[in-house]
Amino acid sequence: MEHQQTCSSADIAEADEKLEKVKHAIVQFKLMKGALIPVLHEVQDIYGFLPEPVLQVVSEELNLPLSEIYGVASFYHFFSLTPKGENVIHVCMGTACYIKGAQAVLDRLSTELKVPVQGTTEDNKFTLEATRCLGACGLAPVMTIGEKVHGRLVPNAVPKILNEYN
Amino acid sequence: MKLLTDLDAIRTLTQSRLDNRRITGASGESITFRSVMVCGGTGCTSSDSNTIIAALEQEISSHGIESQVEVVRTGCFGLCELGPVVIVYPEGIFYSRVEVKDIPALVEQHLLNGKPYDKKIYEKTRHGEEILSFEETDFYKKQVRIALRNCGTIDPEVIDEYIASDGYKALAQVLTTMSREQVIDTVKRSGLRGRGGGGFLTGLKWEFAAKQNKPQKYVICNADEGDPGAFMDRSILEGNPHSVIEAMAIAGYAIGANQGFIYVRAEYPIAVQRFTKALNQAREYGLLGDDIFGTGFTFNIDVRLGAGAFVCGEETALIHSIEGHRGMPTPKPPFPAVEGLWGMPTIINNVETLANIAQIILNGAEWYASIGTEKSKGTKVFALGGKVVNTGLVEVPMGITLREVIFEIGGGIPGGKKFKAVQTGGPSGGCLTEEHLDCTIDFDTLTSLGSMMGSGGMIIMDEDTCMVDVARFYLDFTRDESCGKCTPCRIGTKRLLEMLDKITEGKGTLEDLENLEQLSLQIKNASLCALGQTAPNPVLSTIKYFRDEYMAHITDSKCPAGVCKSLISYEIDAELCRGCSLCARKCPSDAISGKVKEPYVIDKAACIKCGVCFDVCKFKAVAIV
Repeated sequence: MEHQQTCSSADIAEADEKLEKVKHAIVQFKLMKGALIPVLHEVQDIYGFLPEPVLQVVSEELNLPLSEIYGVASFYHFFSLTPKGENVIHVCMGTACYIKGAQAVLDRLSTELKVPVQGTTEDNKFTLEATRCLGACGLAPVMTIGEKVHGRLVPNAVPKILNEYN
Repeated sequence: MKLLTDLDAIRTLTQSRLDNRRITGASGESITFRSVMVCGGTGCTSSDSNTIIAALEQEISSHGIESQVEVVRTGCFGLCELGPVVIVYPEGIFYSRVEVKDIPALVEQHLLNGKPYDKKIYEKTRHGEEILSFEETDFYKKQVRIALRNCGTIDPEVIDEYIASDGYKALAQVLTTMSREQVIDTVKRSGLRGRGGGGFLTGLKWEFAAKQNKPQKYVICNADEGDPGAFMDRSILEGNPHSVIEAMAIAGYAIGANQGFIYVRAEYPIAVQRFTKALNQAREYGLLGDDIFGTGFTFNIDVRLGAGAFVCGEETALIHSIEGHRGMPTPKPPFPAVEGLWGMPTIINNVETLANIAQIILNGAEWYASIGTEKSKGTKVFALGGKVVNTGLVEVPMGITLREVIFEIGGGIPGGKKFKAVQTGGPSGGCLTEEHLDCTIDFDTLTSLGSMMGSGGMIIMDEDTCMVDVARFYLDFTRDESCGKCTPCRIGTKRLLEMLDKITEGKGTLEDLENLEQLSLQIKNASLCALGQTAPNPVLSTIKYFRDEYMAHITDSKCPAGVCKSLISYEIDAELCRGCSLCARKCPSDAISGKVKEPYVIDKAACIKCGVCFDVCKFKAVAIV
């Protein structure tokens, strides 16, 4: 509660607005069979990850135990239970990219950002992730930063690309 | 609701537009209307094809030639390596690696003055002074496009264009002139086998479900394309989404279902968006919904997003995921055709399988069965990737040889390197060698060699690829993707990975090699679902065909391909080093020392083998030894 008091009214309004969106999505899916996964997709769309307090709301509204929701959320790679940095870097580790040197690109990113894979930088600017095939095999090796796709990478190109985000 | 006559009217109205997108042999100023097709597949979109379309439209309007040119965003042309790709009809001129800065000149020279824009013409279409159509190039001439039909010739977001290219004609034919049994019989006689990896006869699957006497049945399209390096299903959804919708409705009629689901990867945003748009258009036209064509047949389709679990490609796991649970498989039987989604008879077909259905209905089972080999009919789409000149998507008749695909269509290995292996079937498949290049591609041959057709990933490897590392890569994947339900897969893949890690770190023993083989066989025999049953294939096939390479790691502590970090070290060649100091400045562990303008030296004890020095050296003075 103490923490909430220090939040500005704008923050609280934004938080309320997000929760409203979640509730709205739940109403939309509630009567559908197998609603849980579509609802989790909505929550992740809204928050960027699956915050526990929101999952509690989902649990109450869908009348499902939180343990079951956790079981589903932790099973699928696409869902994240922890918040991400401002820019999420996905390095494609599909076979085509791997054969063409994606590991070296990933290693270089890890060295430059000083974080391990799955880690977020101290300034919260980047989260580094290795991901399954992005399906842009013609551009291998590939990574995405946010929506932007960077293709035909070599480790040397990494510092310059990261600089674009500073 | 559209009736059959309405569709005919749409066809008549739209046909002329499609006729413009054919190669007529006309050239120069005699052409009065041109179609500029820009690839809007994920690969080309990633390299900015959307900006190119905007630039084209702007440039065309600034010349005031809108009435003489159309710009169409299409599905994938296949030659992803050369993207963004632009094709101009009726000449069929193929432009590769087009950039926004090329557009003003391209529009002025080609669209305004009728002379192809020389700078970006695909090299392989040049034949002396003459420019050939792309269909005559090695990449395209041996291809037979059935599942990829329309990818590249229509705008996937315009339903009328699909209808004009015989779209929904097969559905009309099925609903108005054929019995359920006749539909199933046609699909059976065509010999079509599941393209998702299983290779089961599609018609037979339909027949099982049709025979069930239950009040509710379901059709599921499996678009959870998980094989790393395969992207044909995505390309079909992006380039020809209505072909899948039409086929799902036909399947629904055949088995007696009125509800379909498409389970598609959330990681495919463009495919999801185009498919959803196509669904809405089909509903609007009454091609989905109640009383289709006034025949009393009802069919609906809902989209369900996957959430990144490879195991959900397995039928029972996929069903549990749609039901809202963890995607874990259950033993078969009962097969989904008997007891599937919410306990009701369900057929699950892969995207590429479905994309063949309408063509089979329209052209007949005999036509389809005339393509391919005795037991593998029709065509197969492959995603060519890795160390091959023409990476991209190709559709070839079954029975073609690996050599034709890799060296003729694929253009061989880049950089003058030597071919080493081809991997088919993704994490469930195996690696084949040079001696298999003349083997034919069909379900049974690939399986007999220790690999498999799989969903169609085909990754080419050259001499710089370490086969032990490749096996380790796949095991890392399957270990991570194992759902954990059955012990052989959950623990077995982990043990396999540990042994492979040991070998790539130079700590492996001959006993490990023996254990690898033995454990692999046990996992194959004892796992619950296909994920576990096939997970050891990359290990077994690499041990079988590349035993020498395993031995080099184990007995000589050498990685012949120079890939495994623990078995290589970096050295600076004093003769080549100019003493620029760049490597020393970039080295994250301060392992490089020296004086400017004199050769630098790497302290091997401090080196963490990150390879930065190797990458940054402009004089190729850093060597892997």
